[in-house]
Amino acid sequence: MADTAPGNAHHIQTAYMQMTRRKRLYGAAMLAVFVALMVSGFRLADARSAGSFADGIGNIFDFPGEVLFEAGEKITLLPTLMAKFFPSLLETINIAAASTLLGAIGAIVLSLLATRGMARWPRLIPVVRRLLDLLRAIPEIVVALILIFILGGGPVPAMIAIALHTVGALGKLFSEVNENASLKPLEGLHSVGATWTQRMWLGVIPQVAPNYLSYALLRFEINIRASAILGFVGSGGIGYDLKNAFSWGQGRYDEVAAIFLLLFGTIVFFDQLSSHYRNKLTGKA
Amino acid sequence: MAITDAPIVQRHDAALALFTRKRIIAGAVPVIVLAYFAYIFFAFDIPGLSERARLDNARVLVADSYSYKTHVTRDNRTGGITMAVEGSAKGTYPEGMAPDWVVQPDDDSARIALPQGHEVLIDGDTMRYDVPGYGPITATASRQGIDLSLPTDQAPDWISASKTRVNITTKAGRVTVTKARTEVMRYALGWELFWFTLDSPFHGKSLGELAALVVSGDRVVSGQSNLAAIAGDVWNNEMWRHKDVIWALFETLLMAFLGTMGAAMVALPLAFMAARNFTPLMVVRQAFRRLFDLLRGVDALIWTIVLSRAFGPGPLTGSLAILLTDTGSFGKMFSEALENVDPREIDGVQSTGAKPLQRYRFGVIPQITPILLSQVLYYLESNTRSATIIGAITGGGIGLLLTQAIITQQDWEKVSYYIVLIVMLVVFMDWLSGMIRRRLIRAGDAG
Repeated sequence: MADTAPGNAHHIQTAYMQMTRRKRLYGAAMLAVFVALMVSGFRLADARSAGSFADGIGNIFDFPGEVLFEAGEKITLLPTLMAKFFPSLLETINIAAASTLLGAIGAIVLSLLATRGMARWPRLIPVVRRLLDLLRAIPEIVVALILIFILGGGPVPAMIAIALHTVGALGKLFSEVNENASLKPLEGLHSVGATWTQRMWLGVIPQVAPNYLSYALLRFEINIRASAILGFVGSGGIGYDLKNAFSWGQGRYDEVAAIFLLLFGTIVFFDQLSSHYRNKLTGKA
Repeated sequence: MAITDAPIVQRHDAALALFTRKRIIAGAVPVIVLAYFAYIFFAFDIPGLSERARLDNARVLVADSYSYKTHVTRDNRTGGITMAVEGSAKGTYPEGMAPDWVVQPDDDSARIALPQGHEVLIDGDTMRYDVPGYGPITATASRQGIDLSLPTDQAPDWISASKTRVNITTKAGRVTVTKARTEVMRYALGWELFWFTLDSPFHGKSLGELAALVVSGDRVVSGQSNLAAIAGDVWNNEMWRHKDVIWALFETLLMAFLGTMGAAMVALPLAFMAARNFTPLMVVRQAFRRLFDLLRGVDALIWTIVLSRAFGPGPLTGSLAILLTDTGSFGKMFSEALENVDPREIDGVQSTGAKPLQRYRFGVIPQITPILLSQVLYYLESNTRSATIIGAITGGGIGLLLTQAIITQQDWEKVSYYIVLIVMLVVFMDWLSGMIRRRLIRAGDAG
C-alpha cells in the first residue's frame, strides 16, 4: 500500500487522533458514571444508617480507646485471660481445620466428577457443576443458623456449614486444576484394567496434589475467619466468647482485648504459615 | 566400566529410597487425617449430638417452608369466630369474608371441611370432629375444663388429652381445644398471600383476570390506574414486606459495592509505597506492608464490631468494615502486581519527556489494569456474600432480616424466600463479574 505517501500519513494521523479523543471521552464518561455511583451510594448508605458518617468519624476511636484503657488498667490479667480463652480458640481452629478437610475431600470427588475426560458419568458433568455453584452461592451463615435450630448449639453446625461452602469453593478451583492435568497416565492405567477409583487415585491425584494443597491451605486461612464470625452470630468457638464479652459492655473490655489479640495473632500466624508453604509448593511445581 | 557402575548403583538406591519415602507419605496422610477426625469426633461431642438434635424442628422447618396453615379460631370466653392465615393479625380475614371451605350458619358456629372427607363442626362451646374410619370426637369447653368424648375407650396416639387441653393431629389438619379457645388448622401448599394480602381488592384473582384488569379502563381503586394499584399492593404487602426485603437486598449490594470500590481506590496509591521497584526505601516499604498485614489480619469481624460502635447499625458500618479489610488484601495484591511491571514501558514513556505522574498514568497503570480489575470484580462477588454475614452482625441488609426470621423460629417460609433471593443475588453477581472479566481478558488479548 501507499502508506508512505505524505497525504496518507496525514490521514492516518487524524484518524488516530480521532480514535484517541473518542477513547478519552468514553474513559471520562465511565469515570463520571463511576464517581456518581460512588457518591450517591455513599449518601444513600449514610442516610439509611443509624449514625451518620460525619458524626461517627469523630467517635471512631472511642471504642478502641475504652478497650485499650481498660486493658491497660488490667494488663497483668491479660495473659490469664488469654489462657482462659485458649480452649475456645482451639475450637475455632478445629472447626476450620475439620471443615477444610471435609470440604477438600468432598471437593476432590466432585471436581473429578465435573472434569471432562475424568468424570465417571460424563452426562452428569453439568449437574455436578451446578451443584458446586449452588454450594458456593449459599452463605455459610444461612446453613449454620438453620442447623443450629435443628442440631442445637455447639461447633457441629458451623463445621457442616463451612464444609459445604468449602466443597463449592474448592471444587471449582480443583476442577480448573484437573483440566490442566495430563490424561496420558489415565489412559495407561485404563489399558491395564484399573477401576475409576484406581485411575483417579494413581493417575490424577499425584499430578495435582501440590496445587490442591496450595488451594486448601488458602481456604483454611479463610475458614478460620469464617469460623470466628459464625461463632459470633451463632455459637461455638472464640466468636461466641467475643459476643458475650462485647455485649456485656464496659467492665469486660479486658476480655474483648484479650480475644482481639488472640484472634489477630492466630489469623496472622496462619496467614504467614499458609503463604510460606504455598510459595514452596507452587515454586516446586 | 567400573567408573560408571558406581553412579548407576547409587542412582538405583536413590530411586528406591525416593519410592519408599513416597509410599510412606502416601500411606501416612490418610492415617493422620483419620486420626484427626477421630479426635474431632470426640472433641465436638458428636455421640451426644443425637440427643441434642431436634428432628421435630426439622420437620416443622421443612413443612413450613412449602406449605402454610389457616387458623379458624373460636374464642371460648367471649364467643365469636375469626379466621386468619398463619394465625397472624396481618392475615386475618375481614368481616364477611371466609375461605371457601368454611360455612358459617351464624356468628358463633362454623362447618369446616378438611381434606380427605374430614369435617369439623364448631357450635358454640362444642367442637365435633368427624374422622372417617374412626368416628366422631366431641369436645366441650367450659370453665371447669374440657369434656372429651371419643368413640373408643382408649385415646389413639394422635390425640393427646388432658383436663385443660385437647390436641388432635391428623393427616388432614390439627385441632386444639383449650378453655380459652378452640382452634382448627388446615394446611395448604404454597406461600400464603405472597402477592396480595386479604384486604387488597386484587386478592384471589387469577393472572388472566389481573391482566384483563390492567388492560381495561375501569378503575378498581379510584384515582389510580389498575397497573399502579396492583404494583402498589404487591410492593406494600404487609405479610411479606416486599418493599423492605428489596431495600435490604439493595443495602447488602451497596455495602459490597462501596466497600470493594472504596478499598480499591485507597489501596492503589498505597500499593506503590509497598512495591520494591517504586519505593527503594526499605523502611517505608516494610511499614506499608505491615499496615496491609494489620488491616487484613484484624479481619472483617473485629472491624465490624469496632465500627458499629461509631456508626451504629446500617450499611455504613458494613461498607467501611469491608473497605478496611480489603484495603489490606488489595494493597498486598496490587503491590505484587506492581513489582512484576515491565520497566521498559516506563522507560519508553519517560524518554518522551513525561513527568513522574504521567509516567505512572501511561507507563504503569495500563500494565496492571487487567489484573487489578479482575481482582476487584472477583472481590465484589465474594463481598456480596460477606455483606450478608456482616449485616447479620451489625444489623443491616438482608442478613438482618434473615437472622430475625430464623430467630422467631416460625416464619420458615420467609427464611426460604430470603435464601432464594440471596442465592439469586450471589449467582447474578458471579455471572456479572465473570462476564466482565472474560470481556476484559478478550479485549486485553486483542489490544
